[in-house]
Amino acid sequence: MSEKMATREAYGKALAELGEKYEFVVLDADLAAATKTGIFKKKYPERFFDCGIAEGNMMSVAAGIATTGLIPFASSFAMFAAGRAYEQVRNSIGYPHLNVKIGATHAGVTVGEDGATHQCIEDLSLMRSIPGMTVICPADGPETRAAVEAAILYNGPVYLRLGRAAVPTVTDIPGYRFEIGRSVCLAEGKDATVVATGCMVHMALTARQMLEKEGLTVRVLDMHTIKPLDEAALEAAARETGAIVTAEEHSRIGGLGSAVAECVCGCCPVPVYRVGVPDCFGRSGKAEELLVYMGLTPESIADAVRAAVAAKGKR
Amino acid sequence: MEAEKKRRLEEIARRIRISVIEETYAAGSGHPGGSLSIADLLSYLYFAEMRIDPADPCKADRDRFVLSKGHTAPALYAALAERGYFPKSDLLTLRKLDSYLQGHPDMKGTPGVDMSTGSLGLGISAACGMALAGKYRGADYRVYTILGDGESEEGQVWEAAMFAAHYRLDNLVAVLDLNGLQIDGRITEVMNPTPHDTKFAAFGWNVLQIGAHNFAEMEAAFASARACKGKPTVILAHSVKGKGVSFMENEVDWHGKAPGKEEYAQAMAELKGGKADV
Repeated sequence: MSEKMATREAYGKALAELGEKYEFVVLDADLAAATKTGIFKKKYPERFFDCGIAEGNMMSVAAGIATTGLIPFASSFAMFAAGRAYEQVRNSIGYPHLNVKIGATHAGVTVGEDGATHQCIEDLSLMRSIPGMTVICPADGPETRAAVEAAILYNGPVYLRLGRAAVPTVTDIPGYRFEIGRSVCLAEGKDATVVATGCMVHMALTARQMLEKEGLTVRVLDMHTIKPLDEAALEAAARETGAIVTAEEHSRIGGLGSAVAECVCGCCPVPVYRVGVPDCFGRSGKAEELLVYMGLTPESIADAVRAAVAAKGKR
Repeated sequence: MEAEKKRRLEEIARRIRISVIEETYAAGSGHPGGSLSIADLLSYLYFAEMRIDPADPCKADRDRFVLSKGHTAPALYAALAERGYFPKSDLLTLRKLDSYLQGHPDMKGTPGVDMSTGSLGLGISAACGMALAGKYRGADYRVYTILGDGESEEGQVWEAAMFAAHYRLDNLVAVLDLNGLQIDGRITEVMNPTPHDTKFAAFGWNVLQIGAHNFAEMEAAFASARACKGKPTVILAHSVKGKGVSFMENEVDWHGKAPGKEEYAQAMAELKGGKADV
């Protein structure tokens, strides 16, 4: 784990960089400074369209743009992109399967001080239940850049879930390659598998180190794509390690944990323990304080692994 | 307006109305009232106004049409079939499980449908996106959308109105079908969205008023919209809901109900009016 960068920052930089190579336009809803699309705007003002504080209109406008063959990125906070504009995303973008890329930043509780109204902990659940929607939550800066390029090259709607707070780089490993729907094995192990997404990936690696001292070896999968889910990697993890812990900065209801459980219960039932936001709203506080408050820590992941390992074969 | 052109457009509108009744009768459900109120507008758009090619429905520089009031799909399908996008016989499959003619327009399955719509307020925004993309690329196509007056109660319509004026989308024409009725009653009684003229003017639009069943006024208004630079145009089209079928006219009950056997026979007799079926 080396340098730190927020995935929203990496997103803005990737748009500006990839704007040279690919033709696309960027829409925002008065949050360009925060979503970091402002970096793109500065470089390509003629390809940037502010939609003002009207997210529903922005999503349907993006759909209309996409019908003409031009790719739009539409950005706002996850709360407004997936929450407020849910119906526009479903009916204007998802139903006609239009080539719109949604860059949703400030997802989860690491929004921090702004509090519950701005901390979207339901977006993975909402977005992955839309037929044909691709849902990606990158772990770090480099993976975000790779995801943005993959989204451009993929023909169809994509929801990119990005964070406000800086996260350490974890994907700087030999042979790393980003592919939509293909998880990345960041560490091998035989006693359990932690399937993590977004900012929880680096915590999973820390938890792995903690458990190693106790004699437990843990496989860590970076599940950057929530949909389509890498079912083959999950089945292999279940068969080979016999216990799974999921970790996400999202409600325990409907997100990565649910998706993994839905998969594993069919192909190879093993204990699946879910680390995520309990069934409650967020609150104001520092990002790092809120992660602890919600139980989104390496310690919580390690506890869940111990419990999952203990539950093996007990049924 | 040339008499021959007017006669031709009237005849096409009559056939669209006949198809609307046939479609909804065959489906056993659907929205005849608001379909009949836009039959003349669709006749004009598809046969006198838009630059389109049914043989190449996805042509890049074609004019676009978005039926923002998507529940009146029967009229759109009838116009598309008349124009040759698909066989007229398919109209009778409306709303059936194996049909591509969905209850609300589906661009993925239906040739000539430029945008999937149905949820009110979303279509006009998509039309804005198409118009913005046209401006961005320097393309000269135009974008047309029809909204209901009840639909104008949706806040998104006004978000789109702000957007279109802000980006000076003079390649966009929104037609508001002012039939005065929505499901729960008169629009002025359910949730009064009027006045539309001063509202759209205040949002920065070029505002025109016509009779929705008057082809000469349509011809003048669409020409005026084309000539207007730097602003989107809204055409406030005063219509009669259920137009052309006596017992459906101005009757809110015919918003979303299919005719029964006797009603079907009476409607067809009125619309065919002794004229030879074409």
